[in-house]
Amino acid sequence: MNQWEVVIGLETHVQLATASKIFSGASTAFGAAPNTQASPVDLALPGVLPVLNKGAVECAIRFGLAVDAQVAGKSVFARKNYFYPDLPKGYQISQFELPVVQGGHVAIAVGQGDKAYEKRVQLTRAHLEEDAGKSLHEDFHGKTGIDLNRAGTPLLEIVTEPDMRSSDEAVAYARALHALVRWIGICDGNMQEGSFRCDANVSVHRPGTPFGTRREIKNLNSFRFLKEAIEYEIRWQIETLEEGGTIQQATVLFDPATGETRSMRTKEDAHDYRYFPDPDLLPLVISPEWIARTKAALPELPEARKQRFIADYGLSAYDATTLTAALETAAYFEAAVAVAGKPGAKPCANWVMVDLAARLNKEGLEITQSPVTAAQLGGLVARITDNTLSNAIAKKVFEALWAGEGSSADEIIEKQGLKQITDTGAIEKLVDEVLAANAANVAEFKAGKEKAFNALVGQVMKAAKGKANPQQVNELLRQKLAG
Amino acid sequence: MSLTLPEVQRIAYLARIEVSEAEAETSRQHLNGIFSLIEAMQAADTQGVEPMAHAQDVGQRLREDRVSHLDPDGVQRARFQAIAPETEAGLYLVPKVIE
Repeated sequence: MNQWEVVIGLETHVQLATASKIFSGASTAFGAAPNTQASPVDLALPGVLPVLNKGAVECAIRFGLAVDAQVAGKSVFARKNYFYPDLPKGYQISQFELPVVQGGHVAIAVGQGDKAYEKRVQLTRAHLEEDAGKSLHEDFHGKTGIDLNRAGTPLLEIVTEPDMRSSDEAVAYARALHALVRWIGICDGNMQEGSFRCDANVSVHRPGTPFGTRREIKNLNSFRFLKEAIEYEIRWQIETLEEGGTIQQATVLFDPATGETRSMRTKEDAHDYRYFPDPDLLPLVISPEWIARTKAALPELPEARKQRFIADYGLSAYDATTLTAALETAAYFEAAVAVAGKPGAKPCANWVMVDLAARLNKEGLEITQSPVTAAQLGGLVARITDNTLSNAIAKKVFEALWAGEGSSADEIIEKQGLKQITDTGAIEKLVDEVLAANAANVAEFKAGKEKAFNALVGQVMKAAKGKANPQQVNELLRQKLAG
Repeated sequence: MSLTLPEVQRIAYLARIEVSEAEAETSRQHLNGIFSLIEAMQAADTQGVEPMAHAQDVGQRLREDRVSHLDPDGVQRARFQAIAPETEAGLYLVPKVIE
């Protein structure tokens, strides 16, 4: 396998989070009764004209700025001609020669631990276009049912250079792009509903020779399918070539049930789209002022926020990457730190990534739905860093906050009497009592049995109902036993 | 530049227009007539002139992102579908298409 190099480029269709369609005033909401969101423009009734949605253009500008691309001052809509029943006009309005976003790049982090590395994936372009309707092939006595609710939904098609060299890099790119489009609020990222779909162009070649012939895997709507489809395709291409065969350029579909890709039966001329500028639409002009306004309104981008988390809060690169995977997580973390204070940043990161994440995952909740607010978690962490709570008791307080037993950690600590005992005198008293009552353990420890020490610690903690500061208990016990 | 008869027939096929041999020859002559106009225009010096995508040199006017087509009860759908050859459960029915 080592003597083959894999080359992958991705085309991603990102459904833009607008209220109305790209060229009509019909709603883009998912799940409506068939054809109740299909206006005369979407149906291509005679005499209708498309009117471009400002919101969709705004999304494209946001994206262009977020990937450091050129936002074109002038771009052109073109007709892509083909016949299919879910495309009533007989052409899709897209962009061809002059796309709205040109160039740009996305930073990706691949692998974990020692094998982790970072890489930049260059973008070729991103262009605005309309989605087609939906064909339903079942249950209509040999006919196909057409629902045009999706027809005209705004899409941004984002095209990379053939920069990726493994399925892991392709998945890392897709994940980074998915996080980014959600972060800048241009896409809901719902892959089940088809808001984010990838096509993968895959080829293999010997290093130092020209790129091989590529095959395009269409419509991958999960990261797992993307990985499986690419890996199957790579194996298939290498086997075919090693057995003396050749690769024909083709469009293939991935079947999740079998884990295989298979060629779509398409006529040779299927790709003769005869693009030409759409005479119904004038060139899209985007002024420098509009770009500047959009730039000013853009949130701090994930990469910048990640670097700030590392610099300001002393987080590791791994923690900072995890916390900036989604805007909501980053915002929650910072809101918690605002209450806990900077010394609480690292514990806040751990609570968000471990305890809170596990609890949310168990209940199937998003971080925005968390019963424990960021301020409450920050308050809890503040009581850990000032030694009011041990970690074990803090977990109890967290559960109590989750269950709504109090409005703040302080209230729960007060109500349930959970304050950690740090008063040396009080702990000393408990230690003396335990030593007096457990002569056998003391003798064992003095005979060299370390286990007996742990038993004594356990006894003290039990007497303190878990509230004694464990470090102080340890120290005092050692002192007394040594004396 | 001029078109051959097979080229005209291919263009007709891609556009799903049925043309007879005689019609294809007539169309070929018409299209070649248009090409000769284009050739005449290409004689003009356009060096340094930015190509236009539209005859009007203005920008596209944009629409605010607002929903203006509302049809929750399918009243308009019923009107649109009155002229469709076949519908069922709100869907337009067409001959089976499977790729």
